[in-house]
Amino acid sequence: MAGLTNRRGIRWWRGAVALAAGLYFLVPLACSVLFTVDVPGRGFTLGAYTGILSASGFTSSLLLTLELAAATIVLVLGLLVPALLAARLGAPRLRPLLEVVCSLPLVVPSVALVAGYSGVLRWGPQYLSRTPLFETFVAVQNADFPVVLVLAYSVMALPLAYRALDAGMRAVDVRTLMEAARSCGASPVRAVFQAVLPNLRGALMNASFLTLALVLGEYTVGALLGFRPFAVWIVGIGGSQAQLSVAVSVLSLLLTWALLLVFAAASRPRTRTPRRARAKAAPALVPQESAT
Amino acid sequence: MTVEFRALHKSFGATKALDGLDLTARQGELLALLGPSGCGKTTALRMLAGFERPDSGQVLVDGEDISDIPAHRRDAGMVFQSYSLFPHLTAADNVAFGLRMRKVGAAERRARAAELLELVGLPQHADRYPHQMSGGQQQRVALARALALRPKVLLLDEPLSALDAKVRVQLREEIRRLQQELAITTVFVTHDQEEALSTADRVAVMRDGRLEQCASPAELYDSPSTPFVAEFVGTMNRLPGLATGDGSVEVLGQRLPVRGDAATSGTVDVLVRPEAVDAAADEQGSARVTATAFHGAVTRLTVALADGTTVKADIPSHRARGLVAGAAATVTLPERPVLVEARAA
Repeated sequence: MAGLTNRRGIRWWRGAVALAAGLYFLVPLACSVLFTVDVPGRGFTLGAYTGILSASGFTSSLLLTLELAAATIVLVLGLLVPALLAARLGAPRLRPLLEVVCSLPLVVPSVALVAGYSGVLRWGPQYLSRTPLFETFVAVQNADFPVVLVLAYSVMALPLAYRALDAGMRAVDVRTLMEAARSCGASPVRAVFQAVLPNLRGALMNASFLTLALVLGEYTVGALLGFRPFAVWIVGIGGSQAQLSVAVSVLSLLLTWALLLVFAAASRPRTRTPRRARAKAAPALVPQESAT
Repeated sequence: MTVEFRALHKSFGATKALDGLDLTARQGELLALLGPSGCGKTTALRMLAGFERPDSGQVLVDGEDISDIPAHRRDAGMVFQSYSLFPHLTAADNVAFGLRMRKVGAAERRARAAELLELVGLPQHADRYPHQMSGGQQQRVALARALALRPKVLLLDEPLSALDAKVRVQLREEIRRLQQELAITTVFVTHDQEEALSTADRVAVMRDGRLEQCASPAELYDSPSTPFVAEFVGTMNRLPGLATGDGSVEVLGQRLPVRGDAATSGTVDVLVRPEAVDAAADEQGSARVTATAFHGAVTRLTVALADGTTVKADIPSHRARGLVAGAAATVTLPERPVLVEARAA
């Protein structure tokens, strides 16, 4: 009897917690939506949403951010995947070191990071004005595609991408997969691409998504270095057109969710099993176990 | 195709995995590497596969040193202890993986994969993914995959140890059948003596990175060359004895010739198999039966001698009737040479 009451109590609590969490997330969202569609003096209007596309800077800042995100994902995966694989296969003792290095950005606030960056960007050209590196400093700050932001975002994304990839590599036996592929005649590079990476799809997708979400929402570094990615544009537009800026925020939230769903769908293991085999597989599995 | 390990040494930090291993696998034979964990058997196999490099020594295939050939060009098919199928590929694609690496055409790949799955008895599982198959089925597919490139040598690294007992026996018989059918030189690593004795042409018993003895299963069992082999393979009794130094030993009131190192003298352990020990009910006997276990044709008696030593004896069941727990008995040994080991002080 006590157990029953107990379970009911737990169920009641679950509902309460879900409700409280739901309210916490949904009420501000609903208020934001209401704020964008209910304009004082004009009543219900979707003007804020229709105005987004024509607002100056929307398309360019969103495109810039997506480009930066793509470059960041490529850089982060390009750095981390080989490093993690090498540590796992060749030097397991380096794994803790790798973990500490990848976690460092968590303890350095982005304001401190950007202070360091702007210091170097100011100092560099002065001292290197007579060398070819001067041009490099100019190029990384090109407003059309600020490479320096990609570098900063990559550092900031390391902890997230590291966790996602490490969890994925724990779930498969990377060493055995490598060795099995090599004994089947695959060179080390082919073994990585054909046997290991396909089984890390989920982890690669997770790492990419977390990086994308980080870049979409990053404000501090972009603003303080004087560039205009999406988040900076939203804040900027908020000063002059409050409704428009909130409408953009609501849309970008929906966009992030949509991307999350796309990534989740893409990272699911492939089930291209023919229906014939699938129908046979399910009931046959248990008795076959003892038959082998 | 012969495989030869020549004076192989390998250390991992302070641990010596191989300490001068010399061993040859003959053309077409199934050679089992048997030994306790940490004896270096897996390291030796991985050197043959190309996953480890010897610190010194050579690995020869058909007389040619292959130490510098990378793993993917070695022509050795391998089945691993853990399930090693590629989770993202179906059984057929797993089997065809090596052929794809060799750029064999799609149609030929499919045909060969089907043929190999047929060979291991799983033709209907071609479209299944590894997670849709049982452990035994996965290891069969792994075996088919290892054979797909018609390797010169087949390497089996404890392929049965993750399977349950019944599947294990079936699969090892199948491995043996396939190996004989294809006449492929096979090196089979195992820590299970029954597995080694029942499948291999010859068994190499290893200890601390060295070879103790390499012989046919019957020879290994009947005339082990060292006390370690004697105890590791089968069950062995240790009876206290007194070696006289002239090639004989006094044990259980009998005087028996010593096999092997005849110069041993002083207190020794005499090593005898349970089936070589005879026990008979005897009112005046100083030994006591402490337990009996019926095994069908034979009954295994556990007998405590007067000095407290425990002896196991396998007696034909029809003769064991009077020998119940608590009965007095006499224990005797046949007049045959016995193996002795100097007793640690």
